[in-house]
Amino acid sequence: MIRALMTIFALLLAGGADAHKPSDAYLTVERNGARLQGQWDIALRDLDNALGLDANGDGEITWRELKARHAVIDAYALGRLRIASAGETCPLTVSDHLVDSHTDGAYAVLKFIGTCPQPGPTLTIDYRLFRDIDPQHRGLLNFVESGESRSVVFSEETPLRVVGGDSGGPLVQFATYVHEGVWHIWLGFDHILFLLSLLLPAVLIRRDRKWQPGGSFRAAFIEVAKVVTAFTLAHSITLSLAALGVVSLPSRWVESAIALSVVLAALNNLFPAVANGRWIAAFAFGLLHGFGFAGALKDLGLPTGSLALSLAGFNIGVELGQLAIVALFLPLAYFLRATWGYRRLLLAGGSTAIAAVAAVWFAERAFDLPLFAALASVS
Amino acid sequence: MGIAEMGSRALGIVIIVLTVYGGSTSATPYVPVDDAVVLERLPEKSDPGLRELKRMRAVLAATPRNLDVAVSVARRAITASRATGDPRFLGQAQAALSPWWASPEAPPVVVLLRATIRQSQHDFDGALADLDRLLIANPRAAQARLTRATVLTVVGRFAEAQSDCRQLASVAPPLVVAGCLAPPTSLSGEAERAYAGLLQALERPGTDPGTIEWALTLAAEIAQRRGDAVAAERHFAAALALDPSDAYLKGAYADFLLDSNRSRDVLALVAGDIKNDALLLRLLLAEQRLPDQRDEFVAHRAEMAARFDAARRRGDSLHRREEARFRLAVEGDSRGALTLARDNWNVQREPADLRILVDAARAANDGPTLRLATDWIAKTRLEDKALVAAVAGSR
Repeated sequence: MIRALMTIFALLLAGGADAHKPSDAYLTVERNGARLQGQWDIALRDLDNALGLDANGDGEITWRELKARHAVIDAYALGRLRIASAGETCPLTVSDHLVDSHTDGAYAVLKFIGTCPQPGPTLTIDYRLFRDIDPQHRGLLNFVESGESRSVVFSEETPLRVVGGDSGGPLVQFATYVHEGVWHIWLGFDHILFLLSLLLPAVLIRRDRKWQPGGSFRAAFIEVAKVVTAFTLAHSITLSLAALGVVSLPSRWVESAIALSVVLAALNNLFPAVANGRWIAAFAFGLLHGFGFAGALKDLGLPTGSLALSLAGFNIGVELGQLAIVALFLPLAYFLRATWGYRRLLLAGGSTAIAAVAAVWFAERAFDLPLFAALASVS
Repeated sequence: MGIAEMGSRALGIVIIVLTVYGGSTSATPYVPVDDAVVLERLPEKSDPGLRELKRMRAVLAATPRNLDVAVSVARRAITASRATGDPRFLGQAQAALSPWWASPEAPPVVVLLRATIRQSQHDFDGALADLDRLLIANPRAAQARLTRATVLTVVGRFAEAQSDCRQLASVAPPLVVAGCLAPPTSLSGEAERAYAGLLQALERPGTDPGTIEWALTLAAEIAQRRGDAVAAERHFAAALALDPSDAYLKGAYADFLLDSNRSRDVLALVAGDIKNDALLLRLLLAEQRLPDQRDEFVAHRAEMAARFDAARRRGDSLHRREEARFRLAVEGDSRGALTLARDNWNVQREPADLRILVDAARAANDGPTLRLATDWIAKTRLEDKALVAAVAGSR
């Protein structure tokens, strides 16, 4: 009892006399377009703790002992650092090994390079070095881009950081996210097909269980505006909630449900259940699509400096991309609305095709079946 | 949860600070020319205890869920951090306990060690929460009781600390109880009684040297605050005779020597301890006053600045008291020192914390902070001659 007490007495006295330095590693990452280059300074003492560098056990680490362990160190360190851009990992390789000293001793210096297959406005960095052998370890990142450098600290509580995207001032950053939003809707075929499915009948009127050409352009415009506004409103709500971390849904669930929403929207043109309240369907399913946009935004990463601005930029980009599609669609559809080709070929044939494609997506996403990939490999 | 709060939470996910990259401490990375060149000497080279710790950690790595081994590693690592002043050992202690660290059902032995580690990291609230839990479950847990009294004293909650110490009486030897009581009692208007109680308990035979050294250090500090330099010197010398390498004791004695204008004695005391930030600071303060130590002062000043810079980069706030002293006494930056001293005072309320707060406030001519210090002295009836003189001198 008393012996144990004595041990703790000693501890209590230590309060004011902290010294040396806790474990830190110094990481520099410089980005130039898709290319990354960097340097990682890791204390030899910490590496010895994790991997055992002192081969002969004499309490000293020589350059020979360190060199012998370089391959192991590279695998260990790079296995605990993941840099990703737009959801895709940027593979890193060590290009050089050096040595340096910091205030608390000698450090192994790893120079590394990498390329991001999918460039985006931000980089997501996942840093987990030494978290199992020293939870108080911190990674001190210096991120360099366009001549500006920023420092970020990784710790046990915050291993995941998003950097970049802040460079060039708020306006440039806003523009970057608007641009990403536009491209996202243009390349996200599920959103476009959903919207088209709802818009195709907008220039028509359901009468006597048949699609008839609608009357005025004004009426068609109002119908389109109602659908687009409802869709926009709904997905803006869920996009913001998800991006701010208020609500989160599993992405497989969301992606499957989005595919299903496309199937239902297309089938509704063939076997109309909802004829004149399509804006309600647009709103209800739009909530789902917002979660899908949020997933894409998460892959891009939101810069911390101006989260709200980037979120707004991305949302506005999505709306602009969507408006461009509508601006192209509406005059054309209105012009063609009375033709046989529009009603039979575009509405009926198009909706059938959309429903079929979306059904395959649904099967792929819900049951994890690589159907399109299988087809592609057969042909 | 309000929308604004959600927003700020999301914004708080990453804290990015623009930094100027001039103050990097490293030289240019190089490739050593010779394979045989020694890059690093590991701490266990000259310390059998640390070799044993390393061996135990290897055993633990093979059986990470073995509580007995984990506790043994954590205890050794905490002791090593205390003996060497090296916080890496605290990280190792935490790592050893990691299977239980975040668990609400952590065994009491882990909770106690966790409280000790948290206290060392100045997470006083976290430490107190752990200790409260232990004491609710077992009011006779002497270890937890004593640790809580110490933490409560550090944060200036003297009455609660004294209450804990009194409850130790039935479970701990008299010198432990007297040593527990001495700081909170002497800091709340009863220095003489605390001092007498300590000396009386020291008279009794049969306590181990570690506890005696601890009690002597406390006695020296009380005597110093009461202005009795002769008694303080005697207690410090007796304590040092029992453990010449105790870093806390050396720091306290160095401060006493600096206050007594015995800078040259400080050189002899801490010249071999420059790895320890707190002791390097004392050495630096002594060298600053000695013209023949000019070169050493310049070198140590750069080293000290580099260490504070390194700590700041990792976001540490453990060294605010020391850094405030450095900024004020060495760099002559009274504003910067005052900011650090005030932030430090919000966390720690020991006499040394008040002293740097007053010194910085005087230098920066900051009336409100001086009033805050005066109020604290009046409220706690603090008996500290040097401090009271410093506050009085400012008016």
